[in-house]
Amino acid sequence: MSTERTGTPLVEMRDISIAFGGIHAVDGVSLDLYPGEVVGLLGHNGAGKSTLIKCLSGAYQADSGEFWIDGKKANIESPIDSRELNIETIYQTLALADNLDAASNLFLGRELTTPLGFLDDARMEAETRKIMARLNPNFKKFKEPVSALSGGQRQSVAIARAVYFNARILIMDEPTAALGVHETEMVADLIKELKSQGLGIFLISHDTREMMDLCDRVAVMKNGKLIGNERVEDVTEDDILSMIIMGKNPKKAA
Amino acid sequence: MTDSTETLTTSKSDSPSLIAKFLKGTELDTRLLGMFGALALIWLGFHFYGAIINGYGAMLTPRNLWNLSVQTSSIGIMATGMVLVIVTRNIDLSVGALVGVTGMTMGLLQVEFLPQYLGLGNPFIWIITAVTGILVGAMIGAFHGWLIAYRGIPAFIVTLGGLLVWRGAAFLSNNGKTISPVDSTFQLLGGGPYGTIGATGSWIVGALACVAIIWMLISGRRSRMAHGFPLRPIWGEVTVGGLACSLVVGAVFLVNAYPWPKGIIKQYAAANNITVPEEGMFISHGFAIPVLILFTVGILMTILVNRTRFGRNVFAIGGNPEAAALAGINVKWMTLKIFALMGALAGLAAVVASARLNSATNALGLLDELYVIAAAVIGGTSLAGGVGTIYGAILGALVMQSLQSGMVLIGFDTSVQQIVVGSVLVFAVYLDNLYRKKAK
Repeated sequence: MSTERTGTPLVEMRDISIAFGGIHAVDGVSLDLYPGEVVGLLGHNGAGKSTLIKCLSGAYQADSGEFWIDGKKANIESPIDSRELNIETIYQTLALADNLDAASNLFLGRELTTPLGFLDDARMEAETRKIMARLNPNFKKFKEPVSALSGGQRQSVAIARAVYFNARILIMDEPTAALGVHETEMVADLIKELKSQGLGIFLISHDTREMMDLCDRVAVMKNGKLIGNERVEDVTEDDILSMIIMGKNPKKAA
Repeated sequence: MTDSTETLTTSKSDSPSLIAKFLKGTELDTRLLGMFGALALIWLGFHFYGAIINGYGAMLTPRNLWNLSVQTSSIGIMATGMVLVIVTRNIDLSVGALVGVTGMTMGLLQVEFLPQYLGLGNPFIWIITAVTGILVGAMIGAFHGWLIAYRGIPAFIVTLGGLLVWRGAAFLSNNGKTISPVDSTFQLLGGGPYGTIGATGSWIVGALACVAIIWMLISGRRSRMAHGFPLRPIWGEVTVGGLACSLVVGAVFLVNAYPWPKGIIKQYAAANNITVPEEGMFISHGFAIPVLILFTVGILMTILVNRTRFGRNVFAIGGNPEAAALAGINVKWMTLKIFALMGALAGLAAVVASARLNSATNALGLLDELYVIAAAVIGGTSLAGGVGTIYGAILGALVMQSLQSGMVLIGFDTSVQQIVVGSVLVFAVYLDNLYRKKAK
């Protein structure tokens, strides 16, 4: 055990299950996350990765199982509950309202208002400019609806939304899927920076090599079940691939 | 082939420099300009058609344009609410029937019930009636919204059912009999010679509007400066302010140029012991009260849409309902509230419509749903959701009403009117598609 993994875990998912019409999308999965740790979730399409983290982010309600945040049992029944626990999510679909501009999307659902209760658009835009200057200095399209932005620019809006609100737990569902080489590098740097600030990050990706590079631990799922949960130092890329494909943990067999 | 496209692109990039500069400097919406263009075309077209074919152009007279403003009110009020409904990817087909049922409710209340307890002509009758009508509309709308959001019945079906149910209820409420006349104060809400604010009042309203426009431009500029955002050039600000203020002043001149008819003046003079001079008296109508109601609704709805979280969330839901839900917006509760608001506005429209007719009939607001939806769509509200403006819907209502009234003036049959209005609606949506593709 590395020193990082002592103390109270930031997140502890215990025996989470959820089924859709008889199909067990997630079947008794337990997984934890410590401060300053990046845990990668791997598996085929439909293995249940996205469903599992959607239970944590409040988009779905788990049928059974418990969430413990900071050692306290938490009730996550809606995205609002999840946000109140300082959990922020970057969805695979980015979950942006295409007709609104970057600032409106960044503050969606928690808009800044003036003392009279009206929207403070100027302040929201100013804040957006500030955070974008840090995340993506090339970002200039503040007035256009996000439908007019490139894949990378849209991604940075989605990331800015998660980072702006001082998340302690970050869920990133395929954050680099739509990005070019340069932008992927920027996301990787950001993940490292956030990790050093003590955030816990769940990262979903198909790119095994990228995962080996960014994560402290990898968890592999297949058919809704957790196959393996190993520190990256302890496994090879081949081990991970065989877990993804065969659904067997070679380390356990050994 | 290649040659022609090349010349086309070069000529395009040369010529728009002035227009493009103007549009950029003033930040005016091309769609808004297009709507004004369409309106001008309709007005001039009908006027000169009448002048040439019938020997009398009746369209561009103060009297007709004043009437037009009053006729637009009830549709315009509802169109502002329909924008929110359509923006969130829903539809409300029941607004016409809601006008009918709330109109009948108010008719019964102010003619049959309230006078029994308060006495005929009691000054509170009109306000109790109007508030009740709006509340009944809001309650029915909320019920529709509940069925749609919490019971998962499509809005199209719920409000199609509502169209029949509430029209039937309007008939049953008084066994199909018309209720008339309405309370005399209530009647003022519908316009008519007495339901206006006169020349001085209109100038005061116009002056306030100009002050508000200038104040908005200045405070907008200040706020941009404070945050270091790009500014409009000064000439752009002056042009926008000048155009808006001259529109307001023009409207005041127009409504003040329409005098009371002789009969009304005689009545008024007799009631106030004034002797009418030989050459007659000129008493201006000024803005009609229903038009002021429409403007107030338009301003409040614009604030709601642009400046509140509610409005922002409405557009977020329209743009991506899933993202809105993930962002913690309670989409169901929002849907219920939007339909309740639509119902309340239908109740307010019924106040105006029944006051204008001086009666409540079960046919009040018949086919209004089509005009309201058409107004919103012509005004740039996208049926795909997420896009729409309040001012566009009000202008759309004015366009629809101008078409309608223009055709009446030059003597088109009802059947021809229907054909034209239907075709214009379809064509307008087609144009809108083209515009959006180009804008992308």
